[in-house]
Amino acid sequence: MSETEVNPTISKSTGLPRKRFYRARAHSNPLSDSHFPVPISPSHVDYSLHYPQLFPSSGQADSSKKIQFADVGCGFGGLLISLSTLFPETLMIGMELRDKVTEYVKERILSLRVANPGKYQNVSVVRTNSMKYIPNYFEKGQLSKMFFLFPDPHFKEKNHRRRVISPFLLDEYAYVLEVGGIIYTITDVEELGDWMKSCLENHPMFEALTEKELEADPVVKLLCSATEEGQKVARNGGQTFQAVFRRIAPSDQTS
Amino acid sequence: MESEPKKETEVAPALIAVHPDQSSVAVAVGPHLRVFDLLAGSAASLIDDSDAVPFHKDNIRAIRFGASGKLLVSAGDDKTVKVWSTQSWRCITTVSSEKRVTAVAVSNDGTFVCFADKFGLVWVVDLDPPLRDKKPAPLLSHYCSIITSLEFSPDGRFILSADRDFKIRVTNFPNKPLNGAHQIQSFCLGHTEFVSCLAFIQSQECPQGLLVSGSGDSTVRLWDITSGALLDTCEVAIKAGLLESNGKAEEHGHAVTDLCTIQDGLLVAVAIQSLQGIVLLNCNVSAQTLSLAKVVSVAGEAFVPTCLGSSSSTGKLWMVTGVSNLPGCNNPSLARVRVISGIDVKQEPVVLEDDNIPGREKLLETLQGTASVDDNVFLAAAEAVKAAMCNLLIKKQYPSENREYRKKSRNDRKLKG
Repeated sequence: MSETEVNPTISKSTGLPRKRFYRARAHSNPLSDSHFPVPISPSHVDYSLHYPQLFPSSGQADSSKKIQFADVGCGFGGLLISLSTLFPETLMIGMELRDKVTEYVKERILSLRVANPGKYQNVSVVRTNSMKYIPNYFEKGQLSKMFFLFPDPHFKEKNHRRRVISPFLLDEYAYVLEVGGIIYTITDVEELGDWMKSCLENHPMFEALTEKELEADPVVKLLCSATEEGQKVARNGGQTFQAVFRRIAPSDQTS
Repeated sequence: MESEPKKETEVAPALIAVHPDQSSVAVAVGPHLRVFDLLAGSAASLIDDSDAVPFHKDNIRAIRFGASGKLLVSAGDDKTVKVWSTQSWRCITTVSSEKRVTAVAVSNDGTFVCFADKFGLVWVVDLDPPLRDKKPAPLLSHYCSIITSLEFSPDGRFILSADRDFKIRVTNFPNKPLNGAHQIQSFCLGHTEFVSCLAFIQSQECPQGLLVSGSGDSTVRLWDITSGALLDTCEVAIKAGLLESNGKAEEHGHAVTDLCTIQDGLLVAVAIQSLQGIVLLNCNVSAQTLSLAKVVSVAGEAFVPTCLGSSSSTGKLWMVTGVSNLPGCNNPSLARVRVISGIDVKQEPVVLEDDNIPGREKLLETLQGTASVDDNVFLAAAEAVKAAMCNLLIKKQYPSENREYRKKSRNDRKLKG
């Protein structure tokens, strides 16, 4: 018998991929020049590849519908799966650096699409380094939501520059987010939580959501509960630190 | 494991910059900055009494005149940026950088100097009040990328940064740049290899300027920086006959290395690796297109320009070829200067003989270090510069065959027990 018949990578009962065959290191070197294809510009992103039912041919250039949610560092895809049914009319994508984890999410989405006809057609994943290539995927003001859930803390001070939320990278996230768009961040590492909050507070193009606004947003509750990482933290009784900010127009155009 | 290779001093291309009024010309080779004062007809004596680092101690990677010619800025591998007054030729400010500097730009009014380092950070220094040592503030960053070129837009509204990851970022230059430049106007995306150089075309019809860029993909592209839109692409290596039109995509060695606009931008001079001379392109501003005007060859000697310079409206293009630390060569600083005149939509360009260039032999002696040059060595120099540029800016392709072998020293791959 072949290896895959004895130990199938896709579970026969649920039809979903089994995580143990997509085991990966928790870290991937964001500084290395991995060789995955990068679209030359946002108009080169192949929507028919990611959303085949919604974009039957690859000539999608004229389509008015564009990706609006991006989960940066989507991991095993927990948040995206929840968002897909909560926002069925919105196109969303996960970005993940790790090869095997991206494969897992791909398989997961494909299996869900088969098992639930008509559903999960609006969600996809791409293997890429979002710290270098976000402007290649999204046009100015294209996104209405961006997610950074439990990012790598990079504890050592000399590695802080590798953090996915930084004063410099926020310039790029502000560029792809529309005015009024929301950036969601959460972590179980207090120091990182303080760091992310402080970067956002000090950036002229972001302002914090009020308590009332946070209460009213159904997505906020998903930050802790929807992902594998968040569920693990809850199981261990850990605390989480979130920072949710809105993209604003800078007060003085040239300040 | 093999022992670490002996650290060799890097090969660096010769650079040239021309004062906007053509009152002086500067050449940098390795750590040497040489300036010829054309009005005085003699070499300018540079004065640097900085306590920390007088003059440059390692390869200079960028030089340019700024603020309508009042300033000359030089920067490089010794991690310093020096600002010189072109009246006194004295170094008025030295700025320390954490990393090696790869590009510099001066704001149009001369108040700010920006420089970029090898790790993708762009810094800004306020020259007012003039102090001997200045601390730079971070302006913006291209994550983990090498910045190859920095330019201000002609109207001063934007600062442009180009990198080795094929991108050009257009950022609003704020009133208070020391707080950072956070508002990105656009990205000019379209090149399929590292972007090496930027220049602006200005005309009555288009006062805010059109951007031209050169790249390792052997093209020159025309852009509208407000929207980031790609207006036209000119395959210069193919037009110059260096590449077949169905040339293999993998073939490197025909990168555009420098660009210069002349005659208020109606003409663009382009230097390409392996081309002994330059390509002249016409820009049609209303049609927003680039087309080939002429290929100008330098006859009689092996001359592949490493850098181009011009002053507006003199119709002259200054070119330098050369390199520092060429292996096997006695002379650590090689430089050869040539001038093309008559670059005009109406005239025929002519490569000037040494006797006919402004400044003549005295200029050549000053800028080249010697009046006569050994021709043979410049071919080797061009090859060395080409190899250095490719090593720096082109991503290495590791074959998949020995991937396991390469990863064997990784902690999670080490055999247990």
